Amino acid sequence: MMTPMQDLAFAALSGIVIAAGCLIAFSRNLVYSAFALLGAFVGVAGYFVLLGADFVAVIQLLVYIGGIMVLYLFAVLMTSGIGDVTLTNRSIATKASAPLCIVLIILLGKLIYTTEWYVAAEPTEIAPTTAAIGNALLTEYLLPFELASVLLLGTLVGTVALARRGVKVIKKS
Amino acid sequence: MEQLAITIHENYLWGAPLWAVNLIVMFGASAVVLMLFVAPFAGITSFVERRIAARIQDRIGPNRVGPQGILQFLADGIKSLMKEDLIPTDADKPLFILAPYLVFLGMFTTFVAIPFSSKLIVSDLNVGLLFIFATSAITAVGLVMAGWGSGSKWSMLGGMRAAAQIISYEIPTGLAALCVILLAGSLSLQTIIAGQGAYPWQWYLFNNPFNPLAFFILLASLVAEGNRAPFDLPEAESELVSGYNTEYSGMRFLFIFFAEWANLYIIGALVTVLFLGGWQIPVGVSEWAGGVASWFPQVLQFLTFFLKVLVFVFLIIQLRWTLPRVRMDQLMEICWKYLVPVAFVCVMGVALWMIIWPEGLPWMTYLLTAVAGLIVAYYCYRVIWQLRNTKATLEFNPFV
Repeated sequence: MMTPMQDLAFAALSGIVIAAGCLIAFSRNLVYSAFALLGAFVGVAGYFVLLGADFVAVIQLLVYIGGIMVLYLFAVLMTSGIGDVTLTNRSIATKASAPLCIVLIILLGKLIYTTEWYVAAEPTEIAPTTAAIGNALLTEYLLPFELASVLLLGTLVGTVALARRGVKVIKKS
Repeated sequence: MEQLAITIHENYLWGAPLWAVNLIVMFGASAVVLMLFVAPFAGITSFVERRIAARIQDRIGPNRVGPQGILQFLADGIKSLMKEDLIPTDADKPLFILAPYLVFLGMFTTFVAIPFSSKLIVSDLNVGLLFIFATSAITAVGLVMAGWGSGSKWSMLGGMRAAAQIISYEIPTGLAALCVILLAGSLSLQTIIAGQGAYPWQWYLFNNPFNPLAFFILLASLVAEGNRAPFDLPEAESELVSGYNTEYSGMRFLFIFFAEWANLYIIGALVTVLFLGGWQIPVGVSEWAGGVASWFPQVLQFLTFFLKVLVFVFLIIQLRWTLPRVRMDQLMEICWKYLVPVAFVCVMGVALWMIIWPEGLPWMTYLLTAVAGLIVAYYCYRVIWQLRNTKATLEFNPFV
């Protein structure tokens, strides 16, 4: 059950996400696509808020906008000639991809309408989720959590090792 | 907020549906916060900063508009409004126009979660602290957008520096805040304040020897995230003209700067909430004020909070005009080689402390409070000494 307010919020968020998505996909300029990601990320964070997942929503903002998006922007803006449409954003094989797209849309549509979505029996009170997530991570899901952190540590060390190769240390005079 | 909406719905507007009233109250509250508090605060801070800067540099500063020039910010605002809306030919027009709004949005969304008193808060989010850190990311995107959209090399470099700086310094900020989150056991700003008391020895700042360190790290990284001197590399005048805002003029320029001055308040408020007891006033005073009128304790709480914030606003302004700017490599070195490792030590230290002495060590708290008191006293003595030696007027009054 959704109140009219939630309906309104859902419609507004969907508008933002769909508009941003279209801009990402159809923009001829890669820079615009990168910036349009902001709208998509914010909209999805809004969905999480609507679902009562406050912690996930804020982490979505923090990680995706603060981390991933800024990283993308760095990569995009550091590339020379990025605004040049003919160089970076050429349309390849438009005719061949059209049937593929149609098949994909049909498949996804079928999935959406045939899946039995989980519906909450009755509207539950929105409660803080942070403590529950923390408890679950450090008890039931401790092993995957630790494995993921070790993996990330490995990645970090690997990145530093790769980046440092061939760099000579310049002695301070 | 919801209570307010329900009250209005039941008592005044029988016809309108509750959700519509709720919506109006929500937007109304944000507008009131913005118009009546943040805008005058940012404006007056701009004036105060210019006067203090002038004082430190042995100048007079703006003193013509209104008594002692206090209305200068209004004159500047009107002037900027009436200026021509210039957009450079090389600029990427949509991004150039959008960027100041994003910077503005990132700063002002934080005011949703920042408390003013025990009842005066737009929304006490139970992830409030994370929310404040998350919205500053939008500012970073806005600054990069301003840098790219201007179509100028100075702006581009400034925007890049701003983004690098903000995402780097978010890590020590988060870690330092974690020290307090451990102690409070909550991310809600009101709960964090409720865990502290009115007197200095009840603050989280003096709870254990690691917290003063975390406090310093938090303050330094917040100043860096706000692009303030000594970390104002994104707008370093000596190298980048004015960085990401080089091409902006008139109202758009004002938007970006507005956000910067409002950010001073946010820095002060965050530090106050996390370490300095927020709006807490002694229980006796609160009871006495509650006897006078039901709203009176709220006013006292607001004033207490505001005073603590002002101390930091003045401190940060003073830092800007006394410290030299660091270099880019030094900036990164400070963050990654010093602040981050020390912040990790602080987090581990606080966790250990909480295990070994769950009730805290009273003598350690009093010792830390006394040391801090001595430092503050020495600071005041030095400021007065400096003023006396420059043969200025003897009182510490930035308006003179």
